[in-house]
This record gives sequence, C-alpha cells and structure tokens, in this order.
Amino acid sequence: MPDTVLRPPREIERVIIRFAGDSGDGMQLTGDRFTSASALFGNDVVTLPEYPAEIRAPAGSLAGVSAFQVQISEQPISTPGDAPNVLVAMNPAALRVNIEALERGGVIIVNVDSFEDRNLEKAGYDDNPLEDNSLDGYVVYEVPMSSLTRKACGQLGVKPRDAERSKNFFALGLISWMYTRPIDPTLDFINDRFEGNERVIEANTAAFRAGYNFGVTTELFEYKYTVKPAELPAGTYTNITGNTALAWGIVAAGVQAGLPVLLGSYPITPASDILHELSRHKNFGIRTMQAEDEIAGIGAALGASFAGQLGFTTTSGPGLALKSEAMGLAVSVELPLVIIDIQRGGPSTGLPTKTEAADLLMAMYGRHGESPVPVVAAHSPSHCFWATIEAARIALKYRTPVLLLSDGYLANGTEPWRLPTATELPDISVAFTTSPNHTDDDGNDTFWPYKRDHNLARPWAIPGTPGLMHRVGGLEKEDGTGNVSYDSQNHEHMVRTRAAKIAGIAADIAEIEVEGDVDADLLVLGWGSTLGAIATAVDRALDDGRRVARAHVDHINPFPRNLGDLLSRYEKILVPEMNLGQLSKLVRAEFLVDAQSLTKVSGQPFTALEIEEAIEEVLGD
Amino acid sequence: MTDQATTTRQDWISDQEVRWCPGCGDYSILAAVQLLLPELDVKPENMVFISGIGCAARFPYYMETYGMHSIHGRAPAVASGIAMANPDLDVWVVGGDGDMLSIGGNHLIHALRRNINMVILLFNNQIYGLTKGQYSPTSEVGKVTKSTPFGSVDHPFNPISLALGADATFVARTHDMDRKHMMEIFRRAHSHTGAAFVEIYQNCNVFNDGAFSEITSKQNRSSMLIPLEHGKPVRFGDKLEKGVVIGDEGARIVDVADVGEDALHVHDEGNTNPGIAFMLSRLADSPHEPTPIGVFRHVHRPEYAEAARHQLVEAQERQGPGDLQALLHSRPTWEVT
Ligand code: SF4
Repeated sequence: MPDTVLRPPREIERVIIRFAGDSGDGMQLTGDRFTSASALFGNDVVTLPEYPAEIRAPAGSLAGVSAFQVQISEQPISTPGDAPNVLVAMNPAALRVNIEALERGGVIIVNVDSFEDRNLEKAGYDDNPLEDNSLDGYVVYEVPMSSLTRKACGQLGVKPRDAERSKNFFALGLISWMYTRPIDPTLDFINDRFEGNERVIEANTAAFRAGYNFGVTTELFEYKYTVKPAELPAGTYTNITGNTALAWGIVAAGVQAGLPVLLGSYPITPASDILHELSRHKNFGIRTMQAEDEIAGIGAALGASFAGQLGFTTTSGPGLALKSEAMGLAVSVELPLVIIDIQRGGPSTGLPTKTEAADLLMAMYGRHGESPVPVVAAHSPSHCFWATIEAARIALKYRTPVLLLSDGYLANGTEPWRLPTATELPDISVAFTTSPNHTDDDGNDTFWPYKRDHNLARPWAIPGTPGLMHRVGGLEKEDGTGNVSYDSQNHEHMVRTRAAKIAGIAADIAEIEVEGDVDADLLVLGWGSTLGAIATAVDRALDDGRRVARAHVDHINPFPRNLGDLLSRYEKILVPEMNLGQLSKLVRAEFLVDAQSLTKVSGQPFTALEIEEAIEEVLGD
Repeated sequence: MTDQATTTRQDWISDQEVRWCPGCGDYSILAAVQLLLPELDVKPENMVFISGIGCAARFPYYMETYGMHSIHGRAPAVASGIAMANPDLDVWVVGGDGDMLSIGGNHLIHALRRNINMVILLFNNQIYGLTKGQYSPTSEVGKVTKSTPFGSVDHPFNPISLALGADATFVARTHDMDRKHMMEIFRRAHSHTGAAFVEIYQNCNVFNDGAFSEITSKQNRSSMLIPLEHGKPVRFGDKLEKGVVIGDEGARIVDVADVGEDALHVHDEGNTNPGIAFMLSRLADSPHEPTPIGVFRHVHRPEYAEAARHQLVEAQERQGPGDLQALLHSRPTWEVT
C-alpha cells in the first residue's frame, strides 16, 4: 500500500496500547494480532488481556467490556506497562471503563459510529463525552469505523450486519498503519484462521485494508510512529501465554522423564486452557481425563502415578480446596504428582477472570495434619514452562506431590520466549524399583515399600512388577515395611521424616540471586507474577540513583537455602504481593525479619509505578 | 497368559492379620475372592485392589497384590487413573455402602457410565460399621441407630437401580452366605470388559446383625431369593411354585399355577434397554421380601480406557510420534540474531 504521508515515521522507544470494546467486538483477537505482528517484527512485547466474567453480558454494557493491553518496546520489558498511551474504544462503555487508566494527554481513538443515544445511555453517559469537553486534554480521533467497514465490505456483497463484525479488523488496520507494523502476518493469519469461509476472509481482509488505508489517505493523523526491534538474546522466539507454556511444560516433563503423562482435570477458569492445549497432543502419549469433579481429577492422576505414569492435575483456587484431602493422601503414599493452581480472585467463586495470588498459604498449609508439600511458583508466562518441569523433577525424585502456582495474569498474558533447544532441557527421569530391596531376618529377599534412599524418597515399584506386590494407603505406615502402624513412636518418626524429606530439597534447588544494588539497604523480595513489575520498578529506581536490590523466590517450600542469610543482610525488606501479605508472613515466621508488605487485591497486577512509589516511601529522602 | 500362572489360595493371602470383627461377612467375601483367583488365569503382580474408607476398605491390605487404601469415597476415581494408565492390569474396587453410595456416589456413577474396566464390589451392610453404627444410604426408613434414635427419615438407595440408572454394563447382586454364588458372580464380573458392578449383601454382625437373614439364611433362601438366570424363566420357591411376570405396572410376583409357565418372564441379561432389569430391581424394596439375585444386566459398550488409548494411537498415526522441538516451534516464530 502506498503511503501518502510524506513525513517519515517518528521513532519512539515504546508504546502501550489498550484495545477495548464490547465482549462481542473481538478485542482479544485484535490485541493478539497486533502483538503477534509486533513480536514478529522484533519488538519485545508483554500483554494483559482482561475479560468480563460473564460470557455474554448485555451488548454495550459496562459489564460487557473486554480489553487487551499490550506494551511494545525496543528495549527488553517485563510488564504490559502502567498507563496506556493509546486507547482504542469501540463503544462508549469501553471508553468509560478504560479512560481512567489512560495517561494524561493520551490518545483516544473511538469508533464514533457507536456513540449514539442508546449506547451512551447503556454506558451511563448523560451527555456525549465526545461533545461535552470532558475529554479535553486528551488527543481524540473520531473514526467512523462501523460505517467505513460496512462500505468496504458492501462492495463485496456482504450484508451490513455481517460486515459490522469485521470492524475490529478495521481498527487493527488503522493501528497497524499508525505504528508501521508489517501487514503480511495479519493477512496470512486471516487466511489461516478463517480457512474455508471465503466470505469472512474477504470481509476481514477488506476491513483491515480499509483501516490501514484510512490512516494512509486521511489527514486526520499528523504522524505515524515506529518502534524499532528490541535487542533480545539471539535465538528463535515465539510469543506465548503462561497457560500454553505450562501445557508445553507438562509435555516436556513427560518427554524428559520418559514417562506417559496423565492429566486429570475438571474445567475451571482460568486453568481450562491447559486441559484444552494438552488434549491436542495425544501423539505424545498424553492422556487427558476430564473428570467428574476436582477430586476425581486428582484421584485419577494419583492412580496413574501409582501405576507408573506422571500424574498432573490442574485447577484454580476453589478446585484446590477440593483437592486438599487427596493431596494429603499423596503425601502419605509418597508418590509423584504435580498439582497446578492457576490462582484467581477469591474467596469462593470470587473473581474468576481476575488475577490474584492469595492461595500461597493454602498451598503451604491447606491440608490437615503435618502435610508438607514442595511449592514452586512461576514468575512469567514463559517461566511457566520451566517451573512445570522443575515441579515434575522434584515430584519424581522425591516421590511427593508438588504444588505449582501460577495466576490469571500469567495464564493469559504473553511474552516473547526464546525457545530452548533439546539440550537445554534437564533429564528428570528416575528408575522404577524392579527387584527386592531388603533382606528379612530369615535371609529372604523381600520388598520394603517404605525403605528410603539417601534423599529419603521411597522406592517406586509399579503394578505389573513381579514379586514387589505391596499396599499403600492413608493410614500411617511403619517406616521401612510400609505396614499399617498405629505405634506412637513410629508416627512421630514418620511425621518428622516426611518433613525432613521436603526440607532436604533445599540442597537440590538453585540459590536465590540478588539483582540491582547488592549493597543497598532495601531489598524488594517477590514471588510469582509480580516479577515484571518489581524488576521494572527497581530498574527505574536505580536509574533515579536510588539504592535498592531485588530478589525473587521461585521455590517457596522449601525456600532456597541462602534466603535466610540474604534477608539478614538488608535493613529493610519490601514484599509486594497480590494478597494481604502471605509471603511476608512466611519470611517473618521463618527468618524473624521485619518484612514490610505492599499488597494489592484489586484483581489487577501491580503496575511498576505502584512498586516504585512504595520503594520511594520506604527509602524516604 | 499361557505359562504356568497357577496360583493357590495361599498365594493371594498377604502377611497382614485380618482385623474384621469375628463373624463379619467380610471374611467370607475375602475367602471367595482368594478362592476364585487361583481358578482364573491371572498373576498377583497384575492385580490391583483399590478401596476408600470403611470396614470393607481394609480389603486390599489382606490381598497379596498391589493395592491402595485411598480416601473416603474416591476409590473409583483412583482406580480409573490406574485402569487408564495400564490396560494390562486387573483393577478391583472394594467399598461399603457409605463409601460408595454416600460420600463417593459421584465417582461410582461416573465410573459406571464411562464403563471403565474394573470390578466394583459394593459390600452393602446397610450401616456405618467403622464409625460404630450410624444409618447409611441403604438403611431402611425408620432405622434406629446412634444418629437416628427416633428412626431414620432418609429414603434409601436401591444400589442395583442406581447402577442401572447410571447405565452400567454389568450389574449383579450376590450375598455373603453363599460362597459358590459369590464366586460365580465374581468370575463373571471379572470376565466382563468394562465396569462390572456387584452388590454383595454383607452381614455386619456387630451393628446390623441379621439385616439380610430373612432372605439369605439357608432355610429362607429358596422362598426369598429370586435367582436370575439368563434365558430362563424367572422362578423361585421350594417347588418353583412362584414366578415373575412383567406387566404394564412393572415386575410382579405370581403363583405359577395362576398364570401358567409360559406367562413367566424369561430373563435376558443382554437386553440393551435397561428398563426390564430396572423393573426386576424394584421387586423388593427391602431385604424382607423376595429379592432377585444374580446378573441383572450384562451388555457391551466401548470401554473407556481402551477408547482413550485408541485416540493416542490414532493421534500418532495422524500427527506422527510426539516431537517436542516441533511442538515448541508450532506457532509463529522469529529469529533474533
Ligand atoms: S463393624 Fe460390622 S462390617 Fe465392620 S468389621 Fe465389624 S462386623 Fe464387619
């Protein structure tokens, strides 16, 4: 497409765009396409999708607004950005819901066709905000997206109602022009995605080109912009969501363990996508069982582990609560199992589509009795892949259930991921026991299912192995023989042994590392999805000449072995968390340090600014 | 198995002391299983017994096989994972009426509808034994127990009706006083491909003694138990003077002399419509009236674990064996140099 704007595009370092519209307007798709085109172009990108909880809230209502925020940058970035620079609002409700987040003086591009009385009323506007000066101070572009889309598609003989559905591609075309994005990836995508439906391909292509050409030919926009490719480490990249990375982590764990995987799962937001993704990869020998409930999901996974497979179960908070009894059983029978919790706002049904990280203490302690399980937390979308393999490694080596925590923000957010080569993946295979491991008093070879190795792990002898028949169960077991035992001394010994086994894993995990100003007075300690915001905030504070360090724990039980030492070196410790202070409780209890909490439970991830301000406050002048 | 898989009863007995109350019906069920297994072409290492919680659920500890004493009600779920993981295993689930019909009712019906390959032995003693005598979901209305001093007001489940309602492919009833009958039913349940549900009337002589004696005691059996035999008219009584007919209003007990032999219902286990089996299951509301025993239903439907495994094979044929690097590169990628 020829470009009649003669001025060269202005180079900018980064831009944050939020696409917002009705949930039926296809904003997630639009945002996702813009992100992919930018990633393929070589920018660093981080995204934040936001869906309404209702599948179909009334069209045009505030509750039905769906949004997708993306930051694209020529520098490496780790958050979707704080305040958007640009808001694309497809209707009045989208404007109203999102205007507050927009930076002062930011750009608003509205679909002016939708600003008619009915929609204004549904959004709760008494007056048209485009006419009442309430948007003064913003740069507002009014674009008749619906009518231009209808016109473009009408030439193809598409009915106006159907044409209207393509208006998100008009918006995408316009923004693609504005930010000098390559257009071919999107045209290819349209052809792929709607293959077999020529009408839709033509309509979407026409709408996309119309949007692009609108930018080219109108004098409405003074400039177009470009964001240069980022300097990322060399390699092959793909743009990935946390849930896809996690599902691929499960596939990889099976491959690297040399074991078939069984996933037992019950549908729940925001974890279901893992079940969906895994069920597409049956050629890896992966069995996915959509169970009758959360308990059956973990029960089947544990059964598979008993039978010698690698059992996984995926869920979110309410489901984790239901699984706790079965987790206790897994602790008692000492079999490998990975339980994955994609945290969401709670308690109860809470905020199913919003993020929170308030299941940490439940993960740590949410079972009856002394029931320790290792807890691993993912800290970015791509890290979900690695954290899953790590959780499986620990589960297999120590014959224990392991809890892996992710959250809604990581699950649906994306980032470019440098794909690992085969040699970068760890071998996590373990051997089954196939022969007797004990000699009884009469000198006979026998099998003791609870005779432990040097890691305190018991042997994994699977059904089908001759001569090693044994029974496990939830009743207390005699150490060694595994026979049911009500002996008080034995119980004391077993409780302490199970605890020691999990504590001992500390020797087998990476030490925690400090970034930033190592000798600073203040350490910002994080876990989970806060990493991006913390890293950005600490970098900015360092740029401002502040003295601050940061560290991030991926292993929460056991903690990295050097964490206590590390914390003792800092006078002040700040712990930002998307809960009311759960990690800070843990480190206070464990290490007697004066950790200060920075908490947020709004269903939104931290912005870097919020953490930066807290750092300023702690440091004072 | 063609090699000498011969075992003796002793090979199936674990070294653990059996701890049921003396006189408990569980002993005779355990004996029936341990006597049957040497007659089947099976090896101990391929045998897995899974249970939940309750008196019956101690069963796996007494079997010299693989086993798991899991948590209350969840045995069918755990067993499902085992059956899916390894189709060569012989998976048996053992549990009581509280375990499988109350706290675990959900897993039972779903295992049955999925038709996943396992034998499910329901020890029905119409009471909670392990927790020392509360009424159970199969106790009759009016049952006086520790938790119902004025009598239970709960309507009980009929386990056979429930299993048929869940579209189970093999549904049978037997009782702990007749070893031969138990062994025959267990043998048939074992040979079934899919979920085989067997209700066993089991006497809890401590908390609900004699619950079934009106129908299972030697002197009453011929007049109170209605044997269901495939292809044969349904008849019972000392002189086979009683029979069952199926009419508009359901199954009904008649004097053969009144209706004539030809009017009697001829039992067909293989009827794909579970309706008549259901009618037969409603003949007795409680074990105080003539009660059918034997195989109510035996039909064929694809087995879940095999169907799931088949999908894996198909996926490999279609997509080739899993290639992790190909998966990682399956979405749009770009190079940074
Ligand atoms: S309480 Fe009843 S069912 Fe339990 S072992 Fe004793 S007799 Fe048997």
